[in-house]
Amino acid sequence: MSLGFWIGLIGATFAIATPLMWASLGNLLNEKSGVMNLGIEGTMYVGAFGGLAIASESGSIWLGLIGAIIFGCLAGLLVAVFTVTMGVNQHVVGIGTTLLLVSACEFVNRLRYGSGSLAKIEKFGDIIDDAGPLSQNWMTYFVFLILAPLMWWTLRSTGFGLRLTAVGEHPEAADVAGINVNRTRYVALVVGGALMALGGAYITLAELGTFTLGIISGRGWVAVALVIFGRWKVWPTVAGAVLFAATDALQLRLAITSTFGAVPNELLIALPYLVVVGALAIWGRKLRYPGAYLKPYRRA
Amino acid sequence: MTGSVPLIELRGITKAFGDLVANDAVDLRVDRGEVLALLGENGAGKSTLTRMIYGLSRPDSGVIKADGVAVSFSSPADAMAAGIGMVTQEFSLVGPMTVTENVMLSTCGLGPIDRAAASKKVAELASRLEMTIDPSAVVETLSVGEQQQVEILKALFNDCKLLILDEPTAVLVPQDVAGLFNTIRTLVTQGMGVIFISHKLHEVVEIADNVTVLRRGKTVATVPCEGLDPRQIAELMIGSPHAQEGQRQRDDNTNPGEPVLTMENLTVLGSGKPRLNGFTLTVYAGEIVGVAGVSGNGQTELVDVLSAARQPDTGSIVVGETDVTKLGVLARLDAGLGRLSEDRKSSIVPEMSVEMTLALEELDNYKHWGLLDKKAIRANANQMIQQFDIRARPTDAISALSGGNMQKVLLARSLQTKPTALVVAQPTRGLDVGACDYVYQQLEAVRDSDGGVLVVSEDLDELLQICDRIVVLLSGAIVGEVNAATTSPAELGLLMTGATGAALDQGSEVGV
Amino acid sequence: MSGIPIPRLRLRGQKPAWLTPLSIAAAAITTLLLTAAPIRIAGANPSAAFSRYLIKPLTSANGIDELLLAATPLLFTGLAVALAFRCGYSNIGAEGQFLAGGIGATIPGLYLSDLPTVLALPLAIVGGAVAGAAWAVVPAWLRRKGGIDEVVTTLLLNPVALLLVQGLLNGPWRNSETGFPESDRLGDGYTIGPVTSGSRVHWGFVLALVLIAVAYVVFRHTALGVRMSAVGQAPKAARFSGIDADTIVWRAALVSGAIAGLGGCIQVLAVQHQLATGISNSYGYTGIVVATLGGLGAIGVGFVALLLADITVGAQSASRVLALPPQMGQIVSSVLLLTVVAALVLRKFKVVFTRNEVDS
Repeated sequence: MSLGFWIGLIGATFAIATPLMWASLGNLLNEKSGVMNLGIEGTMYVGAFGGLAIASESGSIWLGLIGAIIFGCLAGLLVAVFTVTMGVNQHVVGIGTTLLLVSACEFVNRLRYGSGSLAKIEKFGDIIDDAGPLSQNWMTYFVFLILAPLMWWTLRSTGFGLRLTAVGEHPEAADVAGINVNRTRYVALVVGGALMALGGAYITLAELGTFTLGIISGRGWVAVALVIFGRWKVWPTVAGAVLFAATDALQLRLAITSTFGAVPNELLIALPYLVVVGALAIWGRKLRYPGAYLKPYRRA
Repeated sequence: MTGSVPLIELRGITKAFGDLVANDAVDLRVDRGEVLALLGENGAGKSTLTRMIYGLSRPDSGVIKADGVAVSFSSPADAMAAGIGMVTQEFSLVGPMTVTENVMLSTCGLGPIDRAAASKKVAELASRLEMTIDPSAVVETLSVGEQQQVEILKALFNDCKLLILDEPTAVLVPQDVAGLFNTIRTLVTQGMGVIFISHKLHEVVEIADNVTVLRRGKTVATVPCEGLDPRQIAELMIGSPHAQEGQRQRDDNTNPGEPVLTMENLTVLGSGKPRLNGFTLTVYAGEIVGVAGVSGNGQTELVDVLSAARQPDTGSIVVGETDVTKLGVLARLDAGLGRLSEDRKSSIVPEMSVEMTLALEELDNYKHWGLLDKKAIRANANQMIQQFDIRARPTDAISALSGGNMQKVLLARSLQTKPTALVVAQPTRGLDVGACDYVYQQLEAVRDSDGGVLVVSEDLDELLQICDRIVVLLSGAIVGEVNAATTSPAELGLLMTGATGAALDQGSEVGV
Repeated sequence: MSGIPIPRLRLRGQKPAWLTPLSIAAAAITTLLLTAAPIRIAGANPSAAFSRYLIKPLTSANGIDELLLAATPLLFTGLAVALAFRCGYSNIGAEGQFLAGGIGATIPGLYLSDLPTVLALPLAIVGGAVAGAAWAVVPAWLRRKGGIDEVVTTLLLNPVALLLVQGLLNGPWRNSETGFPESDRLGDGYTIGPVTSGSRVHWGFVLALVLIAVAYVVFRHTALGVRMSAVGQAPKAARFSGIDADTIVWRAALVSGAIAGLGGCIQVLAVQHQLATGISNSYGYTGIVVATLGGLGAIGVGFVALLLADITVGAQSASRVLALPPQMGQIVSSVLLLTVVAALVLRKFKVVFTRNEVDS
């Protein structure tokens, strides 16, 4: 293969990885606090649709971005009220939230824009032109160069990170140490929701400049898998996202190159899911979920 | 000791949970450089009291003064700010985090942390206390004794002046106990105060300056440890030696019948020391045998092993003629074993009806064309309700019943299979007097119909009232056996707290 | 550390008997109120819309026909999820198992297309059930042997099943005439027909009803059903009473997969007559809604599946008549789910607002 092929592949990899990065870092924040948020798929959806709708209505892409953040925070808050305060079964609430948000977006889309899709908007452009793989959107640069290191540093070297870990691992101990368990979880879910929504917003505001139904197509579930694959650590999760994106980019390119048209792309796309299930099978009990995973906390 | 301002002073602390008064006008005081032992049976109110000092709950009335200033803590954070630290029986450590991280957790705020500085401070503290602990070790890789050291470091890191240790030796092997005592001595020479909770008299005598005894929520005495007569303390703790009217008079000519339950060399290993250590006991037909002991000495494991909730690491269990060691629950029931678990709540399915709860262990006997014969289940329930005087309808949810009625249902379920050997744990915990008497009658009925009963209980009055003989469990093994008709609570109390039989025979002081 | 007042829950002393029906009624009313706003914004009259959703489909034979057709896959997935949840096994994978069932039915349909109905249908139906169970086997095995939480594993196998379907349809099973990513139509022997001619309701609906009836009897009238509930509600107490909880959970996971698989298989044999990527319209996920709202009971599942189908069919007609987007139906069902679970929790508690952390 030519050099151009590889350069294109790397560029595409970063672009494909970007929404997964935003979403899985948001999800990582959720899971570190001990909450599994299956509302992630819907939260990304509302970020994608809501962000674009506000951008196209207001004519300002930045307002769209802010809108996506607000929608993400609200989605996180919704999940928090149910899972943290009420202690309802986390997967039932998560699936319910996803179904609600997806149908709400499609409802508004149909109502406002009919069966056609939203008007195209002027999307975020690449911040460096003609630089091969470096020609990326600011959201890509931001998530790789700022957000991921920031998240890593926050989790590792700040009191907030320590407290979040304590809350997710052993809420009783956190409580005894004077940490407000439920408030910490609220923060994690609201901020995490905003990050997930930004992952969705990237797709519409930066990648496509438009919205189509089913636009998230399971990327939320990929983010869930990536965080587990990364064993709740930032850099392995990032590595997982890049690996997944590379596989995806490769299969897209192979499919374009006609000689490889017969390679079952779907198998490659399914790989990350299968890898996570396989890893669970191999690591077994040794895979450390956060100690309080899926458990609401209430003082005895 | 007198003139100075005490580190902590409690005056008239009262705390009630519903009708139960857990602490009734308790007074307590600890000075600088003092180790105060807090003694009392289970349920005497020690935990309630220390939880209030540590801000985990609030007193209904009374005054807590720290350093002479009246305080009102609404959370452990407040207590820590006032210089009070506590090491609970169940450690509050985050397993996957390091020693330093655990230690700094409560004071680190939200911003950037300085791990190196904290780590250095932890190392300094540790070396001052002669602890050999690596500040960067991950806590879950440490032994129980080391984890306890981390808990102490955690309290000291917050500049605590008063340290509460809630039964710190219960989880330790003897070598670690010596280390802990060294640490405590170092702390008090540095001017700290320590509240040391224990059941073990010899430990109290060894480490404490003064001892405050609680009984049924009241302070019964505060005395210096020097020249202390353990027998006297045991009596203070357990009740007056005259309180034996409840003890039954029984005919001496009870013939021990056939063995109905034989436990041979049962051992259950734990993370530290064995939880059950070569337990050997035979229960014969026509007798009630009590197992006394301070909680946490292997009772739970013994009951678990007998009721097939866990497998013993060594040893055998024989019911009648059948070796049931490897058998499951239902096979054990068939062999003639009945059992009543120590935790009622964990042996019921909360939303299940009374009638189904009664039938749950023999559902296969209620099959009719493959379906459940609900009429028969109802009939059985009605019969049991009448026979055992259960105040409930067959369709009521079991969790809606009062403790006494719930226990009657579980007792009925155990007895309906006519067991030859019955194992009951804490059979009257939380029950009112009437219900207690009823349970006793039923246990005695089993004995009188040539069954054997093993009663595991922390309530000595109960054991003295219903048992023929009582064995005492300490650290997973039997340390003594007494005839219930001739023994006294004080004698039992001494055995339970680890005084040796020999010292007892001499009736002399039990020292270190 | 005082700050914003955060809502906290305090356990209610005792639960009066009227509380449960009252809280469900309150949840239903809340749902109507919450969803009335977007309907109003959409320019429709909420009461007209709700009467379309709930009542209109019931007023015509055709409406009922459509309703029963729409309810069929939900009966299967709802029952599958309810069965697993009842035993304390959180099967989030009904979606994948449904799709796997579709594949399982298609295999004989494509490769043994000439079989007569007497052989073909049983083969395809068994194939669907087996495929659904097979899709459930890995998470169930991991839970049993490794104690690995099934939520993640069952969830992640859903997209894999969809990709498998897409892979088959883009590859070996691509339609030989049209070239579209959908399979060839299955042989004539592989058709499950309508119950009466002219109706769209097929025998698969009858099969679903039979399963519901069987589940009702098992749940309520057999020793197994009692043991399942015991394992699901209090595994420790169940083990104390000699119930083999691990085996019950394992079997429930597989049977749950098989039932979901049957749903997918029926959708292929009776509705689509070919495998297509769209055979599951999130039926597996909606099954979680159905099971939860149905209180994990057989009759409850049947009732809620019909209710949601009613809303779906009503939403389609409302979209034609009132220009109200059909997604409103799913909005109503998911809001109903959230309000009902909230009401069932709040029923046990009183809500208090406090600033500090004092515990009583």
